[in-house]
Amino acid sequence: MTTRSATPVSVILQKKQHFERDPERLPVDFHDRLYELEAAGELVVQRPPDPTDVVTVPTKYGRPKVIPRGHLWHHKSCGQCGHIPGYSTSIFWVMRKLGYEYHDPRDQTSCTAWNYYASATSNPAAQAAVALRNFAAAYESGYYPLIHCATSYGHYKEVRGELLRHPELRQQVRQVMDKLGKPMVLPEEIVHYSEWFYAMRDEIAARQVRDFSGIGVTVHPACHYYKLVEGDAIYDPDVYQGQRTAVVTGLAESLGAEVREYSTWYDCCGFGFRHILVQRDFTRSFATMRKIEVMKEEANPDVVLTHDTGCVTTLDKSQFAAQAHDRKVGVAVMSEAQFAALAMGAHPYKVCQLHWHSADYRPLLEKMGIDWRQAWAEFEDEVKRLERGDVQYLTWDDVDAS
Amino acid sequence: MAIGTELQGGTVTQSGTGIARGVVGGSPDTGNGAILEGNAFFKNPAVAGFEDVAYEEKERFFEAVRSDMRFPDYLYGCYECGICVAVCPSARFYDFSPRRIAQAAARKDVALFYQQMQEDIWECSQCFSCVRCPRGNNPGGIITIMREVAINEGMASAKEALEGYSRIVYKIMSTGTQVSPDMLQPDAFPDWGPEVRDVSEHLALWRRALPPETLHTTATSWDVSERTLIELYLIWMETGALDMIRNVDESLHMILEEVMEERLEEEGIER
Repeated sequence: MTTRSATPVSVILQKKQHFERDPERLPVDFHDRLYELEAAGELVVQRPPDPTDVVTVPTKYGRPKVIPRGHLWHHKSCGQCGHIPGYSTSIFWVMRKLGYEYHDPRDQTSCTAWNYYASATSNPAAQAAVALRNFAAAYESGYYPLIHCATSYGHYKEVRGELLRHPELRQQVRQVMDKLGKPMVLPEEIVHYSEWFYAMRDEIAARQVRDFSGIGVTVHPACHYYKLVEGDAIYDPDVYQGQRTAVVTGLAESLGAEVREYSTWYDCCGFGFRHILVQRDFTRSFATMRKIEVMKEEANPDVVLTHDTGCVTTLDKSQFAAQAHDRKVGVAVMSEAQFAALAMGAHPYKVCQLHWHSADYRPLLEKMGIDWRQAWAEFEDEVKRLERGDVQYLTWDDVDAS
Repeated sequence: MAIGTELQGGTVTQSGTGIARGVVGGSPDTGNGAILEGNAFFKNPAVAGFEDVAYEEKERFFEAVRSDMRFPDYLYGCYECGICVAVCPSARFYDFSPRRIAQAAARKDVALFYQQMQEDIWECSQCFSCVRCPRGNNPGGIITIMREVAINEGMASAKEALEGYSRIVYKIMSTGTQVSPDMLQPDAFPDWGPEVRDVSEHLALWRRALPPETLHTTATSWDVSERTLIELYLIWMETGALDMIRNVDESLHMILEEVMEERLEEEGIER
């Protein structure tokens, strides 16, 4: 059968070689409504703490997005801090090494969206009030929110859209915020930590002490980062020719790693929110058969890099049981924050906390030139100090002393 | 006849969805556990495992979803192209289709919609891959609303889906973080490998070995301040989120209510 096309394929392929945005397809910029409501006194817009100390990056439809370098309020992730703490620690460590001050708040709750997407035991007013309470806490501290979790990031963008569109929701949330004695605040941009890493990739690469040129990487992009309210996500004509989000990949390339292609790049990881906790047969099957096995077969990476709590958890933890079914698994999984920290010389256990991970990361460390046996012995020495009561906690000074 | 349906030997089937839509001239009880209702064809409630309800009730559930403020932003029609199904992780492993959800909503097929609320919606991964829809639909978002209505109505599917999940709901609503380090127990996550046992055995020490001061906790993901927690409790109570729990798990609701009211009382906060 012959196919008939008005446009020859050569023309289509030529177009794909350089990315051009169609101005007719630009969605409405949410900032217009945001500033209108600010002018009407309905809400406060928090702007970057120092407008001269920012990096401006391109987003999916070409709108520039401003990423503050420093003075950031770390909106932590419950899954990262709880189950893969080296993820959060690496974010902090890289920021410290680059010399940017930050605030790690106790006046922060989870966004609660993991539960919301899993159980639906909440409603738009509650979700918006949780978001605005956290944003108000950041605003009151003077620091600018940096969101660690892709689901928090995606959900907060949803909440922002609902608040901007629906006056009745604003009214309902305002009543709650009044009771809390807090202002209605939205940041000018909702910024994900992986956007900060992307924006700072040259500074990070400049501090690189380990050679990653032989490291094969596959990237799994987080659905809630770039599918959920897509217009905020970073797309760069120089990365995937602007056809896919540039975060993670842009950083890995800056660090000299070899980013390899695989055919199920767009697929979800299989996290499923409630599935990862109470229906893991689905999660495990999807993660193994649609992601890890495809990556192994088509790209044979040394490591899978991703940028969300759920994705690291799913892709890392799903591999163990799959071995019992002779599935072709066995590849290290980590966040690009941990990868960047390792590139900058971070300790694999004291900083990156890889002993909380399940898939075998040791071959990767060896390829990076890291003696993991010695590193583990160093970590155990520190743990013994804790056990003996020499110190109550390890500090950043302890980590940097090694 | 609806788009995408075809007549085959007296039986109307809907192409591609896998759902038989009715038996022309058939009896209400088809003898195989299936029941004819109007133009719809359902499992016998005894087989389906959920209660059948009057058409008016199904209409009321549909209206509760349709009248949600988010609904107009989530549904614009359906080309029946199937892109949402092609990208859907749940569609690969379950008898689940985001296209069927969008179509039932677009056609106001309240009977099928009810069946989906009882059978389908908890299979969704909420990844929102389906927003690739060329019409701009958000089937995952429609499901979010359907789930909320299922919770508010105390539907059997909601109760079943949340069985075994109550400790998570308790954790997030009472502590402000969804998961905690002490959840990593080998009997809870035997499929996550021996590292879970290692973490569990060394938990307190390994948490103290984390350099950020906020992460030394074991029962919460980080150290949430007392004042912050009280503000969260107020949010759950003032927005009706706490009351939603009562419909699906009365004892969990009682426990949460007591925890929150006691704390607010200690702080001298009246509601």
